[in-house]
Amino acid sequence: MEVKANLQYAKSHEWVLIEGSKAKIGISDFAQHALGDVVYISIPEEGDTVVAGEPFADVESVKAASDIYSPVTGTVVAVNEVLNDTPALLNEDPYGAWIIEVEVGSLSDDLMDAGQYEAYCAEQ
Amino acid sequence: MNTPKRTSLYNAHVKHGGKIVEFAGYELPIQYETGIITEHNAVRNAAGLFDVSHMGEFMVEGSGAIETINNLITNDVALMTPGGVIYSLMCNEKGGVVDDLLVYKFTDTRFLLVVNAANIAKDYKWVEEHLLTNTTLRDISEEVGQIALQGPKSEEVLSKLLPVEQQPSKNYTFVETKILGVDCILSRTGYTGEDGFEIYCDPSKIEPIFEALLKAGEKDGVIPCGLGCRDTLRFEAGMPLYGHELSDTIPANEVGLGFCIKMSKPQFIGKDALESHPAKYIRRGVILTDKGIAREHALVFKEGREVGYVTTGTFSPTNNVAMAMVRVEKGLDSPVEIEVRNKRLKADFIKLPFIQKNNNK
Repeated sequence: MEVKANLQYAKSHEWVLIEGSKAKIGISDFAQHALGDVVYISIPEEGDTVVAGEPFADVESVKAASDIYSPVTGTVVAVNEVLNDTPALLNEDPYGAWIIEVEVGSLSDDLMDAGQYEAYCAEQ
Repeated sequence: MNTPKRTSLYNAHVKHGGKIVEFAGYELPIQYETGIITEHNAVRNAAGLFDVSHMGEFMVEGSGAIETINNLITNDVALMTPGGVIYSLMCNEKGGVVDDLLVYKFTDTRFLLVVNAANIAKDYKWVEEHLLTNTTLRDISEEVGQIALQGPKSEEVLSKLLPVEQQPSKNYTFVETKILGVDCILSRTGYTGEDGFEIYCDPSKIEPIFEALLKAGEKDGVIPCGLGCRDTLRFEAGMPLYGHELSDTIPANEVGLGFCIKMSKPQFIGKDALESHPAKYIRRGVILTDKGIAREHALVFKEGREVGYVTTGTFSPTNNVAMAMVRVEKGLDSPVEIEVRNKRLKADFIKLPFIQKNNNK
Protein backbone atom coordinates (compact mmCIF):
# COMPACT_ATOMS: atom_id res chain seq x y z
CA MET A 1 0.00 0.00 0.00
CA GLU A 2 1.34 3.36 -1.03
CA VAL A 3 1.28 6.58 1.02
CA LYS A 4 2.50 9.68 -0.79
CA ALA A 5 4.77 12.03 1.10
CA ASN A 6 3.61 15.48 0.00
CA LEU A 7 -0.05 15.01 0.88
CA GLN A 8 -2.22 15.37 3.97
CA TYR A 9 -4.71 12.69 4.90
CA ALA A 10 -8.07 12.42 6.64
CA LYS A 11 -9.10 9.61 8.98
CA SER A 12 -11.74 8.68 6.42
CA HIS A 13 -8.91 8.01 3.91
CA GLU A 14 -9.09 11.02 1.61
CA TRP A 15 -5.95 12.89 0.62
CA VAL A 16 -5.51 16.66 0.17
CA LEU A 17 -2.89 18.40 -1.92
CA ILE A 18 -2.62 22.05 -0.91
CA GLU A 19 -1.49 24.39 -3.72
CA GLY A 20 -1.67 28.01 -2.57
CA SER A 21 -5.29 28.81 -1.72
CA LYS A 22 -6.56 25.73 -3.52
CA ALA A 23 -6.68 22.06 -2.64
CA LYS A 24 -7.09 18.97 -4.74
CA ILE A 25 -8.89 16.07 -3.05
CA GLY A 26 -8.80 12.36 -3.80
CA ILE A 27 -8.91 8.99 -2.07
CA SER A 28 -5.90 7.10 -0.76
CA ASP A 29 -4.48 3.82 -1.95
CA PHE A 30 -5.75 2.28 1.31
CA ALA A 31 -9.27 3.51 0.45
CA GLN A 32 -9.26 2.18 -3.09
CA HIS A 33 -8.06 -1.20 -1.82
CA ALA A 34 -10.85 -1.29 0.74
CA LEU A 35 -13.48 -0.26 -1.82
CA GLY A 36 -12.46 -2.71 -4.52
CA ASP A 37 -13.28 -2.06 -8.18
CA VAL A 38 -14.97 1.35 -8.45
CA VAL A 39 -17.67 1.43 -11.13
CA TYR A 40 -19.48 4.75 -10.59
CA ILE A 41 -18.78 8.02 -8.90
CA SER A 42 -21.08 10.99 -8.42
CA ILE A 43 -19.18 14.25 -8.18
CA PRO A 44 -20.41 17.71 -7.18
CA GLU A 45 -20.41 20.60 -9.66
CA GLU A 46 -18.24 23.66 -9.91
CA GLY A 47 -19.56 26.31 -7.54
CA ASP A 48 -20.90 23.77 -5.02
CA THR A 49 -19.88 24.18 -1.41
CA VAL A 50 -18.16 21.38 0.46
CA VAL A 51 -17.86 21.17 4.24
CA ALA A 52 -15.01 19.56 6.17
CA GLY A 53 -16.15 16.23 7.60
CA GLU A 54 -19.27 16.06 5.37
CA PRO A 55 -19.70 13.77 2.35
CA PHE A 56 -19.21 15.47 -1.02
CA ALA A 57 -19.28 12.51 -3.40
CA ASP A 58 -20.27 8.89 -3.42
CA VAL A 59 -18.64 5.97 -5.10
CA GLU A 60 -20.09 2.64 -6.03
CA SER A 61 -17.79 -0.34 -6.14
CA VAL A 62 -18.92 -3.81 -7.14
CA LYS A 63 -19.23 -4.55 -3.44
CA ALA A 64 -20.81 -1.45 -1.90
CA ALA A 65 -21.67 2.23 -2.01
CA SER A 66 -19.48 4.54 0.04
CA ASP A 67 -19.38 8.24 0.81
CA ILE A 68 -16.27 10.33 0.29
CA TYR A 69 -15.82 13.00 2.94
CA SER A 70 -14.36 16.41 2.38
CA PRO A 71 -11.20 17.21 4.34
CA VAL A 72 -11.75 20.94 3.71
CA THR A 73 -14.48 23.57 3.73
CA GLY A 74 -14.70 25.67 0.60
CA THR A 75 -16.04 26.10 -2.91
CA VAL A 76 -15.51 23.62 -5.74
CA VAL A 77 -13.56 25.31 -8.54
CA ALA A 78 -12.85 22.27 -10.72
CA VAL A 79 -14.01 18.68 -11.03
CA ASN A 80 -12.13 15.81 -12.66
CA GLU A 81 -14.74 14.97 -15.32
CA VAL A 82 -12.61 12.08 -16.61
CA LEU A 83 -13.72 10.05 -13.59
CA ASN A 84 -17.33 10.06 -14.80
CA ASP A 85 -16.34 7.84 -17.71
CA THR A 86 -13.39 6.03 -16.18
CA PRO A 87 -14.00 5.70 -12.44
CA ALA A 88 -11.52 2.78 -12.42
CA LEU A 89 -8.77 5.44 -12.40
CA LEU A 90 -9.47 5.73 -8.67
CA ASN A 91 -8.17 2.15 -8.37
CA GLU A 92 -5.41 2.38 -10.93
CA ASP A 93 -3.90 5.70 -9.89
CA PRO A 94 -5.45 6.91 -6.63
CA TYR A 95 -2.97 9.77 -6.15
CA GLY A 96 -3.22 10.92 -9.75
CA ALA A 97 -7.01 10.70 -9.90
CA TRP A 98 -8.01 13.85 -8.00
CA ILE A 99 -11.78 14.22 -7.69
CA ILE A 100 -12.37 17.91 -7.01
CA GLU A 101 -10.37 21.08 -6.58
CA VAL A 102 -11.56 23.46 -3.90
CA GLU A 103 -10.91 27.11 -3.08
CA VAL A 104 -10.14 26.51 0.58
CA GLY A 105 -11.91 28.38 3.34
CA SER A 106 -10.63 26.15 6.11
CA LEU A 107 -9.00 22.77 6.58
CA SER A 108 -10.27 19.98 8.78
CA ASP A 109 -8.33 20.21 12.05
CA ASP A 110 -7.36 16.54 12.30
CA LEU A 111 -5.48 15.97 9.06
CA MET A 112 -2.41 13.75 9.22
CA ASP A 113 0.90 13.92 7.42
CA ALA A 114 2.15 10.90 5.49
CA GLY A 115 4.02 9.39 8.44
CA GLN A 116 1.05 9.71 10.79
CA TYR A 117 -1.29 8.36 8.14
CA GLU A 118 0.89 5.34 7.49
CA ALA A 119 0.82 4.53 11.22
CA TYR A 120 -2.94 5.12 11.27
CA CYS A 121 -3.48 2.68 8.36
CA ALA A 122 -1.34 0.07 10.07
CA GLU A 123 -3.80 0.06 12.97
CA GLN A 124 -6.86 -0.39 10.72
CA MET B 1 -21.50 -16.52 16.99
CA ASN B 2 -19.25 -19.53 16.57
CA THR B 3 -15.64 -19.09 15.54
CA PRO B 4 -15.54 -19.28 11.74
CA LYS B 5 -14.13 -22.45 10.24
CA ARG B 6 -11.30 -22.57 7.77
CA THR B 7 -11.36 -24.76 4.71
CA SER B 8 -8.31 -26.88 3.99
CA LEU B 9 -7.37 -24.33 1.31
CA TYR B 10 -7.14 -21.43 3.77
CA ASN B 11 -3.34 -21.26 3.66
CA ALA B 12 -3.42 -21.42 -0.13
CA HIS B 13 -5.80 -18.44 -0.21
CA VAL B 14 -3.54 -16.40 2.02
CA LYS B 15 -0.52 -17.38 -0.05
CA HIS B 16 -2.27 -16.25 -3.24
CA GLY B 17 -3.22 -12.89 -1.69
CA GLY B 18 -6.84 -13.69 -0.86
CA LYS B 19 -8.76 -11.03 1.05
CA ILE B 20 -10.43 -13.19 3.69
CA VAL B 21 -13.98 -12.58 4.93
CA GLU B 22 -16.43 -14.64 6.89
CA PHE B 23 -19.15 -16.27 4.82
CA ALA B 24 -21.69 -18.81 6.07
CA GLY B 25 -19.45 -19.63 9.04
CA TYR B 26 -16.30 -20.03 6.94
CA GLU B 27 -13.28 -17.84 6.36
CA LEU B 28 -13.07 -17.56 2.60
CA PRO B 29 -11.56 -15.11 0.10
CA ILE B 30 -13.96 -12.44 -1.16
CA GLN B 31 -11.33 -11.67 -3.81
CA TYR B 32 -7.61 -11.89 -4.44
CA GLU B 33 -5.26 -9.01 -5.32
CA THR B 34 -6.61 -9.10 -8.87
CA GLY B 35 -10.04 -7.81 -7.83
CA ILE B 36 -13.60 -8.87 -8.52
CA ILE B 37 -13.88 -7.56 -12.09
CA THR B 38 -10.62 -9.17 -13.26
CA GLU B 39 -11.61 -12.47 -11.65
CA HIS B 40 -15.08 -12.25 -13.17
CA ASN B 41 -13.66 -11.64 -16.63
CA ALA B 42 -11.17 -14.48 -16.23
CA VAL B 43 -14.08 -16.90 -15.77
CA ARG B 44 -15.99 -15.48 -18.75
CA ASN B 45 -12.96 -15.47 -21.05
CA ALA B 46 -10.56 -18.16 -19.78
CA ALA B 47 -11.23 -19.93 -16.49
CA GLY B 48 -11.15 -19.35 -12.75
CA LEU B 49 -10.68 -21.61 -9.79
CA PHE B 50 -12.88 -21.40 -6.68
CA ASP B 51 -12.74 -22.98 -3.25
CA VAL B 52 -16.31 -24.06 -2.51
CA SER B 53 -15.42 -26.44 0.32
CA HIS B 54 -17.96 -24.69 2.53
CA MET B 55 -20.82 -26.36 0.65
CA GLY B 56 -22.64 -29.12 2.55
CA GLU B 57 -22.83 -32.74 1.42
CA PHE B 58 -25.24 -35.43 2.60
CA MET B 59 -25.36 -39.07 1.58
CA VAL B 60 -28.84 -40.56 1.34
CA GLU B 61 -28.73 -44.33 0.97
CA GLY B 62 -30.93 -47.40 1.08
CA SER B 63 -33.85 -48.94 -0.75
CA GLY B 64 -36.06 -46.03 0.39
CA ALA B 65 -33.68 -43.36 -0.97
CA ILE B 66 -35.56 -42.55 -4.19
CA GLU B 67 -38.89 -42.33 -2.42
CA THR B 68 -37.42 -40.23 0.40
CA ILE B 69 -35.74 -37.74 -1.91
CA ASN B 70 -38.70 -37.50 -4.24
CA ASN B 71 -40.91 -36.62 -1.29
CA LEU B 72 -38.44 -33.93 -0.21
CA ILE B 73 -37.65 -32.18 -3.48
CA THR B 74 -39.64 -30.54 -6.27
CA ASN B 75 -37.69 -32.11 -9.14
CA ASP B 76 -37.98 -35.82 -9.98
CA VAL B 77 -35.17 -38.24 -9.10
CA ALA B 78 -37.13 -41.15 -10.61
CA LEU B 79 -36.14 -39.78 -14.02
CA MET B 80 -32.42 -39.83 -13.23
CA THR B 81 -29.83 -42.30 -14.48
CA PRO B 82 -26.65 -43.17 -12.54
CA GLY B 83 -24.02 -40.52 -13.14
CA GLY B 84 -26.65 -37.81 -13.44
CA VAL B 85 -27.02 -34.57 -11.49
CA ILE B 86 -30.17 -32.48 -11.08
CA TYR B 87 -30.87 -29.10 -9.57
CA SER B 88 -33.91 -28.87 -7.35
CA LEU B 89 -35.70 -26.96 -4.64
CA MET B 90 -36.63 -28.51 -1.33
CA CYS B 91 -39.87 -27.02 0.01
CA ASN B 92 -41.52 -26.75 3.38
CA GLU B 93 -45.24 -27.57 3.89
CA LYS B 94 -46.20 -23.99 3.01
CA GLY B 95 -44.40 -24.10 -0.33
CA GLY B 96 -41.50 -21.90 0.87
CA VAL B 97 -37.99 -23.06 0.08
CA VAL B 98 -35.93 -24.86 2.73
CA ASP B 99 -32.96 -24.87 0.37
CA ASP B 100 -31.91 -25.29 -3.23
CA LEU B 101 -29.59 -28.19 -3.91
CA LEU B 102 -27.95 -30.56 -6.35
CA VAL B 103 -28.76 -34.27 -6.32
CA TYR B 104 -26.13 -36.73 -7.60
CA LYS B 105 -27.29 -40.26 -8.41
CA PHE B 106 -24.76 -43.09 -8.02
CA THR B 107 -27.24 -45.98 -7.97
CA ASP B 108 -30.92 -46.48 -7.17
CA THR B 109 -29.92 -46.75 -3.52
CA ARG B 110 -27.16 -44.15 -3.24
CA PHE B 111 -27.45 -40.37 -3.68
CA LEU B 112 -25.39 -37.32 -2.78
CA LEU B 113 -27.17 -34.05 -1.90
CA VAL B 114 -25.13 -30.84 -2.13
CA VAL B 115 -26.64 -28.05 -0.06
CA ASN B 116 -25.83 -24.48 0.91
CA ALA B 117 -23.29 -24.00 3.69
CA ALA B 118 -25.51 -21.66 5.68
CA ASN B 119 -28.30 -24.26 5.66
CA ILE B 120 -26.42 -27.44 6.57
CA ALA B 121 -27.85 -27.80 10.09
CA LYS B 122 -31.39 -26.80 9.06
CA ASP B 123 -31.36 -29.10 6.02
CA TYR B 124 -29.98 -32.06 7.96
CA LYS B 125 -32.76 -31.76 10.52
CA TRP B 126 -35.37 -31.37 7.79
CA VAL B 127 -34.18 -34.35 5.77
CA GLU B 128 -33.75 -36.48 8.91
CA GLU B 129 -37.33 -35.74 10.00
CA HIS B 130 -38.61 -36.89 6.61
CA LEU B 131 -36.57 -40.05 6.10
CA LEU B 132 -38.83 -42.88 4.97
CA THR B 133 -38.18 -46.51 5.93
CA ASN B 134 -34.99 -48.24 4.77
CA THR B 135 -33.18 -44.95 4.26
CA THR B 136 -30.09 -43.57 5.97
CA LEU B 137 -28.75 -40.04 6.08
CA ARG B 138 -25.13 -39.04 6.69
CA ASP B 139 -23.70 -35.52 6.81
CA ILE B 140 -20.27 -35.84 5.17
CA SER B 141 -19.66 -32.08 4.82
CA GLU B 142 -16.56 -32.19 7.02
CA GLU B 143 -15.11 -35.10 5.04
CA VAL B 144 -15.46 -33.42 1.67
CA GLY B 145 -13.56 -30.54 0.12
CA GLN B 146 -14.76 -28.96 -3.12
CA ILE B 147 -13.22 -26.80 -5.81
CA ALA B 148 -14.85 -25.41 -8.94
CA LEU B 149 -13.01 -24.82 -12.20
CA GLN B 150 -15.22 -22.55 -14.29
CA GLY B 151 -14.86 -20.97 -17.70
CA PRO B 152 -14.47 -21.81 -21.40
CA LYS B 153 -10.92 -23.10 -20.93
CA SER B 154 -11.91 -25.52 -18.16
CA GLU B 155 -11.91 -28.68 -20.27
CA GLU B 156 -8.53 -27.88 -21.77
CA VAL B 157 -6.98 -27.01 -18.41
CA LEU B 158 -8.38 -30.08 -16.69
CA SER B 159 -7.16 -32.24 -19.58
CA LYS B 160 -3.59 -31.61 -18.38
CA LEU B 161 -4.50 -33.61 -15.26
CA LEU B 162 -7.18 -35.90 -16.65
CA PRO B 163 -7.69 -36.87 -20.31
CA VAL B 164 -10.84 -35.46 -21.90
CA GLU B 165 -12.21 -39.01 -22.44
CA GLN B 166 -12.21 -39.50 -18.68
CA GLN B 167 -14.04 -36.23 -17.98
CA PRO B 168 -17.83 -36.11 -17.75
CA SER B 169 -18.76 -34.95 -21.25
CA LYS B 170 -22.26 -33.59 -20.67
CA ASN B 171 -23.54 -30.86 -18.41
CA TYR B 172 -25.10 -32.18 -15.23
CA THR B 173 -23.29 -35.49 -15.31
CA PHE B 174 -20.47 -36.79 -13.12
CA VAL B 175 -17.85 -39.52 -12.89
CA GLU B 176 -15.90 -41.07 -10.05
CA THR B 177 -12.25 -40.83 -10.94
CA LYS B 178 -8.77 -40.11 -9.67
CA ILE B 179 -7.03 -36.77 -10.11
CA LEU B 180 -3.33 -36.79 -9.11
CA GLY B 181 -4.04 -40.15 -7.49
CA VAL B 182 -6.80 -38.76 -5.29
CA ASP B 183 -10.31 -40.27 -5.41
CA CYS B 184 -12.69 -37.60 -6.69
CA ILE B 185 -16.24 -37.02 -7.74
CA LEU B 186 -15.96 -34.87 -10.85
CA SER B 187 -19.11 -33.24 -12.21
CA ARG B 188 -19.72 -30.95 -15.15
CA THR B 189 -21.60 -28.40 -13.08
CA GLY B 190 -21.16 -24.91 -11.74
CA TYR B 191 -22.61 -21.64 -10.65
CA THR B 192 -21.32 -19.21 -13.25
CA GLY B 193 -23.19 -19.85 -16.52
CA GLU B 194 -19.95 -21.10 -18.10
CA ASP B 195 -18.71 -24.56 -18.93
CA GLY B 196 -16.80 -26.04 -16.03
CA PHE B 197 -16.30 -28.68 -13.39
CA GLU B 198 -16.76 -29.22 -9.70
CA ILE B 199 -14.36 -31.58 -7.94
CA TYR B 200 -15.16 -33.21 -4.60
CA CYS B 201 -12.50 -35.07 -2.62
CA ASP B 202 -10.83 -35.62 0.75
CA PRO B 203 -10.14 -32.07 1.99
CA SER B 204 -6.69 -33.03 3.24
CA LYS B 205 -5.72 -33.95 -0.33
CA ILE B 206 -7.30 -31.06 -2.19
CA GLU B 207 -4.52 -28.45 -2.09
CA PRO B 208 -2.20 -30.22 -4.59
CA ILE B 209 -5.12 -30.43 -7.03
CA PHE B 210 -5.94 -26.74 -6.54
CA GLU B 211 -2.30 -25.75 -7.16
CA ALA B 212 -1.90 -28.14 -10.10
CA LEU B 213 -4.96 -26.69 -11.84
CA LEU B 214 -3.66 -23.14 -11.36
CA LYS B 215 -0.33 -24.18 -12.79
CA ALA B 216 -1.92 -26.10 -15.67
CA GLY B 217 -3.97 -23.02 -16.55
CA GLU B 218 -1.33 -20.36 -15.98
CA LYS B 219 -0.67 -19.71 -19.68
CA ASP B 220 -4.39 -19.62 -20.44
CA GLY B 221 -5.02 -16.96 -17.80
CA VAL B 222 -6.57 -19.16 -15.11
CA ILE B 223 -6.53 -17.40 -11.73
CA PRO B 224 -7.92 -18.12 -8.26
CA CYS B 225 -11.32 -16.46 -7.81
CA GLY B 226 -13.19 -15.36 -4.70
CA LEU B 227 -16.75 -15.16 -3.49
CA GLY B 228 -17.19 -11.66 -4.91
CA CYS B 229 -17.08 -12.77 -8.52
CA ARG B 230 -18.87 -16.01 -7.69
CA ASP B 231 -21.80 -13.75 -6.86
CA THR B 232 -21.53 -11.47 -9.93
CA LEU B 233 -21.14 -14.53 -12.19
CA ARG B 234 -24.14 -16.44 -10.86
CA PHE B 235 -26.10 -13.18 -10.91
CA GLU B 236 -25.41 -12.59 -14.61
CA ALA B 237 -26.29 -16.22 -15.29
CA GLY B 238 -29.71 -15.60 -13.72
CA MET B 239 -29.12 -18.12 -10.96
CA PRO B 240 -30.79 -17.61 -7.58
CA LEU B 241 -28.89 -17.44 -4.29
CA TYR B 242 -30.52 -18.80 -1.17
CA GLY B 243 -31.28 -16.04 1.33
CA HIS B 244 -31.72 -13.55 -1.50
CA GLU B 245 -33.97 -14.87 -4.29
CA LEU B 246 -35.04 -17.91 -2.24
CA SER B 247 -36.18 -18.22 1.37
CA ASP B 248 -38.40 -20.16 3.74
CA THR B 249 -41.22 -17.69 3.13
CA ILE B 250 -41.00 -16.98 -0.62
CA PRO B 251 -43.27 -19.49 -2.44
CA ALA B 252 -41.33 -21.76 -4.79
CA ASN B 253 -43.69 -20.92 -7.67
CA GLU B 254 -42.76 -17.22 -7.55
CA VAL B 255 -39.03 -17.54 -8.26
CA GLY B 256 -38.89 -18.39 -11.97
CA LEU B 257 -37.63 -21.94 -11.45
CA GLY B 258 -40.61 -23.83 -12.85
CA PHE B 259 -38.28 -26.13 -14.80
CA CYS B 260 -37.38 -27.95 -11.58
CA ILE B 261 -40.85 -28.03 -9.99
CA LYS B 262 -42.60 -31.16 -11.23
CA MET B 263 -46.23 -30.57 -10.33
CA SER B 264 -47.04 -33.79 -12.21
CA LYS B 265 -45.35 -35.84 -9.46
CA PRO B 266 -47.98 -37.51 -7.24
CA GLN B 267 -46.56 -35.95 -4.08
CA PHE B 268 -43.79 -33.80 -2.64
CA ILE B 269 -43.66 -31.66 0.47
CA GLY B 270 -45.15 -28.28 -0.38
CA LYS B 271 -47.04 -29.44 -3.46
CA ASP B 272 -50.49 -28.94 -1.93
CA ALA B 273 -49.60 -25.44 -0.79
CA LEU B 274 -48.23 -24.51 -4.22
CA GLU B 275 -51.33 -25.89 -5.95
CA SER B 276 -53.59 -23.67 -3.85
CA HIS B 277 -51.35 -20.62 -4.15
CA PRO B 278 -51.54 -18.74 -7.43
CA ALA B 279 -48.28 -16.86 -7.93
CA LYS B 280 -48.65 -13.15 -7.18
CA TYR B 281 -45.01 -12.16 -7.48
CA ILE B 282 -42.28 -13.10 -9.87
CA ARG B 283 -38.48 -12.95 -10.10
CA ARG B 284 -37.39 -10.66 -12.93
CA GLY B 285 -34.30 -8.90 -14.18
CA VAL B 286 -33.89 -5.16 -14.62
CA ILE B 287 -31.26 -2.94 -16.16
CA LEU B 288 -30.73 0.48 -14.59
CA THR B 289 -31.00 3.32 -17.06
CA ASP B 290 -29.92 5.94 -14.49
CA LYS B 291 -26.44 6.00 -13.00
CA GLY B 292 -26.08 4.08 -9.74
CA ILE B 293 -26.38 0.59 -8.34
CA ALA B 294 -29.55 -0.78 -6.81
CA ARG B 295 -28.55 -3.06 -3.94
CA GLU B 296 -30.46 -5.79 -2.14
CA HIS B 297 -33.62 -4.62 -0.31
CA ALA B 298 -33.97 -1.44 -2.39
CA LEU B 299 -37.68 -0.84 -3.07
CA VAL B 300 -39.16 -0.95 -6.56
CA PHE B 301 -41.90 1.48 -7.59
CA LYS B 302 -44.27 1.68 -10.56
CA GLU B 303 -45.79 5.12 -11.06
CA GLY B 304 -45.18 5.91 -7.41
CA ARG B 305 -46.63 2.66 -6.05
CA GLU B 306 -44.39 0.16 -4.25
CA VAL B 307 -44.43 -3.07 -6.26
CA GLY B 308 -41.49 -5.09 -4.93
CA TYR B 309 -37.83 -5.04 -3.99
CA VAL B 310 -34.34 -5.89 -5.18
CA THR B 311 -33.14 -9.37 -4.18
CA THR B 312 -29.65 -9.01 -5.70
CA GLY B 313 -28.30 -5.89 -7.34
CA THR B 314 -24.82 -5.19 -8.55
CA PHE B 315 -22.73 -3.97 -11.41
CA SER B 316 -22.62 -6.49 -14.24
CA PRO B 317 -19.00 -6.61 -15.37
CA THR B 318 -19.88 -8.41 -18.61
CA ASN B 319 -22.53 -5.89 -19.63
CA ASN B 320 -20.70 -2.95 -18.03
CA VAL B 321 -23.89 -1.63 -16.45
CA ALA B 322 -25.81 -1.92 -13.18
CA MET B 323 -28.48 -4.62 -13.16
CA ALA B 324 -30.67 -6.24 -10.55
CA MET B 325 -32.87 -9.20 -9.85
CA VAL B 326 -36.14 -8.04 -8.36
CA ARG B 327 -39.13 -9.68 -6.72
CA VAL B 328 -42.11 -7.77 -8.08
CA GLU B 329 -45.82 -8.12 -8.75
CA LYS B 330 -46.66 -10.03 -11.90
CA GLY B 331 -47.63 -8.24 -15.08
CA LEU B 332 -45.70 -4.97 -14.75
CA ASP B 333 -44.34 -3.06 -17.75
CA SER B 334 -41.17 -0.98 -18.01
CA PRO B 335 -40.09 1.43 -16.76
CA VAL B 336 -39.97 1.09 -13.00
CA GLU B 337 -38.09 3.12 -10.42
CA ILE B 338 -35.80 1.83 -7.69
CA GLU B 339 -35.10 3.84 -4.58
CA VAL B 340 -31.36 4.13 -3.99
CA ARG B 341 -30.01 6.40 -1.26
CA ASN B 342 -33.10 8.65 -1.32
CA LYS B 343 -33.12 8.91 -5.10
CA ARG B 344 -35.38 7.06 -7.52
CA LEU B 345 -33.40 5.50 -10.35
CA LYS B 346 -35.11 4.39 -13.56
CA ALA B 347 -34.88 0.77 -14.63
CA ASP B 348 -36.28 -1.38 -17.44
CA PHE B 349 -37.19 -5.03 -17.29
CA ILE B 350 -34.98 -7.37 -19.29
CA LYS B 351 -35.08 -11.09 -19.75
CA LEU B 352 -33.07 -13.35 -17.45
CA PRO B 353 -30.32 -14.49 -17.70
CA PHE B 354 -28.35 -11.27 -18.17
CA ILE B 355 -25.82 -13.06 -20.39
CA GLN B 356 -25.91 -15.59 -23.15
CA LYS B 357 -24.91 -18.86 -21.49
CA ASN B 358 -21.95 -20.63 -23.00
CA ASN B 359 -22.27 -24.06 -21.47
CA ASN B 360 -24.11 -26.10 -24.04
CA LYS B 361 -22.24 -29.33 -23.40
